[in-house]
Amino acid sequence: MGKIFTGFWGVMAFLVSFASFAASDPKPEQYQLNLRSGVTDISQQVYDLHMTIFWICVVIAIIVFGAMLWATIFHRKSRGVKPATFHESVKVEIAWTVVPFIILIGMAIPATKTLIAMEDVSAPDVSVIVTGSQWKWHYKYMDNEVEYYSVMATQPEQIANKLEKNINYLLEVDRPLVIPTNQKVRFLITSDDVIHSWWVPDFAVKKDANPGFINEAWARVEKPGIYRGQCAELCGKDHGFMPVVVIAKEPAEYAAWIEEQEELQRKAKEEEQKLLAMNMDMDELMTVGERVYNTTCAACHMPNGEGLPGVFPALKGSDIALNDMQKHIDVVVNGVSGTAMQAYAKQLSMKELAAVITYERNAWGNDTGELVQAKDVNAVLNGQ
Amino acid sequence: MSTVTNDIHHDEHHDHHDHKPSGIKRWLYTTNHKDIGTLYLWFAFIMFLIGGAMAMVIRAELFQPGLQIVDPNFFNQMTTVHGLIMVFGAVMPAFTGLANWMVPLMIGAPDMALPRMNNWSFWILPFAFLILLMSLFMEGGGPAFGWTFYAPLSTTYSNDTTALFVFSVHIMGASSIMGAINVIVTILNMRAPGMTFMKMPLFVWTWLITAFLLIAVMPVLAGAVTMVLTDKFFGTSFFDAAGGGDPVMFQHIFWFFGHPEVYIMILPAFGIVSQIVPTFSRKKLFGYSSMVYATASIALLSFIVWAHHMFTTGMPVGAELFFMFATMLISVPTGVKVFNWVATMWRGAISFEIPMMFSLAFIVLFTIGGLSGLMLAITPVDFQYHDTYFVVAHFHYVLVTGAVFSIMAATYYWLPKWTGKMFDITLAKWHFWCSLISVNLLFFPMHFVGLAGMPRRIPDYALQFADFNKWISLGGFAFGLSQLIFLALLIKACRKKGEPVSAQVWDGAEGLEWEVPSPAPYHTFETPPVVK
Repeated sequence: MGKIFTGFWGVMAFLVSFASFAASDPKPEQYQLNLRSGVTDISQQVYDLHMTIFWICVVIAIIVFGAMLWATIFHRKSRGVKPATFHESVKVEIAWTVVPFIILIGMAIPATKTLIAMEDVSAPDVSVIVTGSQWKWHYKYMDNEVEYYSVMATQPEQIANKLEKNINYLLEVDRPLVIPTNQKVRFLITSDDVIHSWWVPDFAVKKDANPGFINEAWARVEKPGIYRGQCAELCGKDHGFMPVVVIAKEPAEYAAWIEEQEELQRKAKEEEQKLLAMNMDMDELMTVGERVYNTTCAACHMPNGEGLPGVFPALKGSDIALNDMQKHIDVVVNGVSGTAMQAYAKQLSMKELAAVITYERNAWGNDTGELVQAKDVNAVLNGQ
Repeated sequence: MSTVTNDIHHDEHHDHHDHKPSGIKRWLYTTNHKDIGTLYLWFAFIMFLIGGAMAMVIRAELFQPGLQIVDPNFFNQMTTVHGLIMVFGAVMPAFTGLANWMVPLMIGAPDMALPRMNNWSFWILPFAFLILLMSLFMEGGGPAFGWTFYAPLSTTYSNDTTALFVFSVHIMGASSIMGAINVIVTILNMRAPGMTFMKMPLFVWTWLITAFLLIAVMPVLAGAVTMVLTDKFFGTSFFDAAGGGDPVMFQHIFWFFGHPEVYIMILPAFGIVSQIVPTFSRKKLFGYSSMVYATASIALLSFIVWAHHMFTTGMPVGAELFFMFATMLISVPTGVKVFNWVATMWRGAISFEIPMMFSLAFIVLFTIGGLSGLMLAITPVDFQYHDTYFVVAHFHYVLVTGAVFSIMAATYYWLPKWTGKMFDITLAKWHFWCSLISVNLLFFPMHFVGLAGMPRRIPDYALQFADFNKWISLGGFAFGLSQLIFLALLIKACRKKGEPVSAQVWDGAEGLEWEVPSPAPYHTFETPPVVK
């Protein structure tokens, strides 16, 4: 039965091809086979550790499989060999207990050093609070008045195979996190609902976002650039659609960006106040509302407003969306505790809230004809 | 290893015992360890096909980027129920079935110690899985939070069929515990005279240790699902920080069960390979006692490594170091086992019958899974591997080419003893080679996409993963189809087609199970054999 070797060599060939590709320069391209060495000192250490252990494993595999192969060729019954009778040796048993143990100590020492360096979150230059929620990330800069949500930017038509997929399919967001290069950036990671995991492979940072607890991680990025990752912990229906994008800028550029953002957010707040005195018409509300609905609400309540029976309630024909307007505003603004319904007051502007509630009360045959204005939302927000 | 001195041929005076109810009643009422073993094995195989069909849905959706076949919510139900069915419905019942059939035959006992409990522990299983599968068709669908059911995704954020999931897991757990009690009581009390502990076949030893693991951790799983139930429906806050609980505590409890569970699914496999390799090497198992000690060490260590599944949850660095070191330590006894198998083959007279082929594939492929496990143990690098397809590749190498291949090896090894006829060797060869090639096409490229950054449990992926995923899916479909060859072979074997075999079946086989005639009579060892 020479066939046994075919399978064996197949496996060996896999291993060898793995090994030879593993050594080549990693790029995020179609046939990337190996970890990325990344753009931080830590990610480089992690990569080196990975390669060291990989080669140790390859050597062990070659020795073990080599011995097996030798036995299957030369110690086969069809060659007319007589089986030996030995069946134990304390010396050999001790040898192959002690030698692996020593190899393990050799692996553990560099691993321990790297781990301790990774977990040293002291003395950060910049701190960002990263909050996961179903299915977006929120970034808040601790030393500046800047905070925003970061949502996947890939169009639903691309996911539904109606449009051609672009190069960063599923790995693009509307507003990436921006951090300075060559500074120690600390990430304070938490969650508003289920457990998520914030992962940027190029930083070798993957930390779970646990609701009610704060985890810490850090990165000192050496090269300016755009770095992409994804949520790594199953967090519900759209777990696969929750990318992380980080842009690292030179410190001066970063400072300018932060200033610009602070200014923008200040202006937005002023706009908001002005808006309270204004009334928007149906067309404007419906246009804005549809856009907001599709980016923010459709993931659960579905684009047709029918929800997912037994999982997410329908809005089409629902009692709240047709009748009790105050309750409707309250649910959208404050969320419903103990359910997946989030509080959107901090995610959307008052104009957007007003528009989306109007949209929900007038779309898919929910023809109440009622308008909700920013001041109505403001009233609920202030508990009136 | 052991020899039998007295006459163990079937005692004619007991022939009337062979009268059993016919039809469905025979299987419903049976207390015979061979019948119950057969039930367990067929049940496991059916579950393997159902769980496999779900894997086909997963691989069909992942064949190319974009959403084509199922929506993400159903995709999550498929990954969840695939995992639950394969772990609790296929691998564990298959091992219990093998234990039922073989442990009494191997230790010279007439039956399992607690035959009525044996019947009960099998017959509650189909109901457990019926409940689980039914939930898929109810409003909101079945469980969609992964087989690890992390809170609060499985509590506050799950749908109401979670109650059915909890109830179903409770029944599976009860069944496992009863099965384990039966194995322990049988082995401790019913060994033939002269069969001391250190003369027991390795399969019996590994099952004895596995049974203790089961009794230790299944109640922990029951506790975890009960807390999920009360958190979801009765307002407790075990895993809710707002009420003083901790979602990470769920993971500690789950993996305190989950890690020993991993060894529950691999220790009997070690036992099977330790039976088969000596037979076809025509040489005694090398280092029998070190094999026993290695098994016991793995079982003990399995209780102090659980948090290596949770390195990214934000544990203190001291805890991360402890779990890294403890996990690395497990590779020592596991290595001893692999080295002993190779040493058993060394200077033997090896032949390559189907059970041996599966065992050799097991040793090589399980070792690959073991080595990637060692890589995963290294905490700083695990941060990169964790929750990617690298992990998926790792545990499928140890579970499919490990546990499942060992179950197939065991089936081919003992099938002639069960039916009295040699199975169809041509079909078996087709099954082996198709499975071997497709399983590697299926799982090996998962290492690459995992390292390249593809997270697990996603229904759609970025474009750079597209080519490998196509190959993985093709491998998956081929592996799935290959199992239909196995189904055909088993149906043929159960119809008792094929050449009659001798009592010993394989010329190098030793042990009590090879001393009874083939097929093994309905009742065996009513007078215990004496082992010298």
